Amino acid sequence: MQSSDGRSHGADDDPGSSAGRREDHGPASRDVRYEDPWYDALGSGWGELDGTGMPARAVPSARGEQDGTAVRARDVYVAVQRSEAFQEVRSRYRRFVVPGVAAFLVWYVGYVVAATTAPGLMARPVAGAVNVAMLAGLGQFLSTFLLTWAYARHARLCRDRAALELRWDTQELTRGVQGGAS
Amino acid sequence: MTGEHQTLALLLFSGFVAVTLEITTWVSRRRHGSAEEFYAGGRLFSPMENGFAIAGDYMSAASFLGVTGLIALYGYDGLLYVVGFLVAWLVVLFLVAELVRNCGRFTLADVVAARMSERPVRIAAGTSSVTVSVLYLVAQMVGAGSLVALLVGRTSGAAQAWTVIGVGALMVIYVSLGGMRATTWIQIVKAVLLLGGTVVLTVLVLVRFHGDFDRLLVAAADRSGHGSAFLAPGLKYGGSWTARLDFISLGLALVLGTAGLPHILSRFYTVPTARAARRSAVWSIGLIGGFYLMTIVLGFGAAAVLGPKTVRASNAAGNTAVPLLALDLGGGAGSTGGTVLFAIVAAIAFATILAVVAGITLASSASVAHDLYASLRRRHAKARSEVAVARIAAVGIGVVAIALGLLARGLNVAFLVGLAFAVAASANLPVLLYSLFWRGFTTRGAVWAVYGGLIPALGLVLLSPVVSGSPDSLFPDVDFQYFPLQNPGIISIPLGFLAGWLGTVTSDEVADEAKYAETEVRSLTGAGAV
Repeated sequence: MQSSDGRSHGADDDPGSSAGRREDHGPASRDVRYEDPWYDALGSGWGELDGTGMPARAVPSARGEQDGTAVRARDVYVAVQRSEAFQEVRSRYRRFVVPGVAAFLVWYVGYVVAATTAPGLMARPVAGAVNVAMLAGLGQFLSTFLLTWAYARHARLCRDRAALELRWDTQELTRGVQGGAS
Repeated sequence: MTGEHQTLALLLFSGFVAVTLEITTWVSRRRHGSAEEFYAGGRLFSPMENGFAIAGDYMSAASFLGVTGLIALYGYDGLLYVVGFLVAWLVVLFLVAELVRNCGRFTLADVVAARMSERPVRIAAGTSSVTVSVLYLVAQMVGAGSLVALLVGRTSGAAQAWTVIGVGALMVIYVSLGGMRATTWIQIVKAVLLLGGTVVLTVLVLVRFHGDFDRLLVAAADRSGHGSAFLAPGLKYGGSWTARLDFISLGLALVLGTAGLPHILSRFYTVPTARAARRSAVWSIGLIGGFYLMTIVLGFGAAAVLGPKTVRASNAAGNTAVPLLALDLGGGAGSTGGTVLFAIVAAIAFATILAVVAGITLASSASVAHDLYASLRRRHAKARSEVAVARIAAVGIGVVAIALGLLARGLNVAFLVGLAFAVAASANLPVLLYSLFWRGFTTRGAVWAVYGGLIPALGLVLLSPVVSGSPDSLFPDVDFQYFPLQNPGIISIPLGFLAGWLGTVTSDEVADEAKYAETEVRSLTGAGAV
């Protein structure tokens, strides 16, 4: 349900992004478990990255020799983290959340500071009994509702589908290295 | 208050207790005793159900009774609280809800411990979670006591004491028998009741003023005796610079504290996916926002209809403004409508306290059993026993909360809640954000972040005018007050972040790249989530 929901929107809104790119593979991802053409291709791609870009300290040797599967499960997460698809999901999340958090925190702290240090400004009447302070307070409510809506929409359209596919891939890879045990 | 009020309110409240006990027994009959079920209700709640439950957990007596009373007495300065309570949810939605759902299992410590050396981190995070929960619990217990004092009409210590004990006993029954599933359903029932009651009262207030909000404001300003100053900030927090700084401190604690409240975090584990966690946060923001908009109307309505003098005469802190408003809106004292409405509102307020108390007890018993006990126990103990420990912990926390609730009877409810928020923002939020977003964060950083926020927050309160040195402090006879502010947030929150950073840069340990990769991938994709 989640994947189909995201898919119907994602295709319209983000043709150029990685979600859009992945659209080509969309139908195949359903069968990944049984036929996995796509799974293999990506898996080998990540494998190459493993060899080139991995810093030595990411695999502490003592522990690693004791427990082979654990180390390889860790490798999977590092590999996924370095994959382009994940980087894209992460940067989309951060590109929305960082300015969003900065904006509402500045707006809220500004409001609180203004209310405590500039009561004269806040008491200025606007219309009838409604003054600047009242409008600012209601503005906080409004901005909260708007940001909530914008965040939910952004997550639904830009992240959900790609994240779900990444989850699927990661779990398949982890399962692979653990020998299908879990 | 007259006998009719009492009888009817007690009947309604007994009805609520009967329904919730029925839910609890129904749930406990079908339980399997797994940790998944006890802490997270089997993770099978829908986003809407969880959204209502979160709203139920969050809309405590402090908001329903305390904030409306503050608005009725101080006008705009009461409204500032409401804004902080609501905006805090953006922090939860943006930074915490989905990521915590993906990374953790039952508690806050799960998220942090996944990256770190487990034992010290679990002990630290567990300790701070229990501290926050107990502070919050005491606030609710004190609220229950003063509500009953109003209802029974005498402020005798015995009635209050028995109420606190009764509330404590009920919450222990809910939590230890019903676990998360029963607690969640109780929250949902309570949220519906509370929102329903608030809608009815709001409509009645607006009908009284012919649907004209402007007219309501004018009437409130006239009646208050402050004129247009009533509608602008400054009546309560406008005086000295200490008071203003105190308010900024409280504002910071409110907006940053919600994301560190253990009972709010644990609610996100009751849904199956991160997407469901996000949708439940959106639901709860809608419900909570609507509720707070209505409390603004109720607060100004109480000022306009009753006038601050009547409100203050009944309870100096304004905690009884809403029940009194209900009495007046229903037709005044002695009329059937007034009696019924008053009884309904009192019963709802009581149900609110009971449900919130159950939610917090559950979260803190999870911290005790899953974090503290699991870290301190002998290695060979079985998983099954963890739930048993949690049930026992619920009883223990109940006893502690009852004792502290009796001790702190004289303290202001809203203040205690503000304190719990300040401790949550100082001790829990820095460690949570650092472990989710900082690649280089280490075990020492995590432990320092928790204690570096927790100890200053509690220490500054001990040295503040709340505890000593002023006529209305806890120990008015002694004076060891060295810190002028009531709320420690403005100092202790930055200290928590600073301590986490300092601990990280001074530790020899190199952050485990692979574990951070795991946290990051899991938090954003949900891979490996339970």
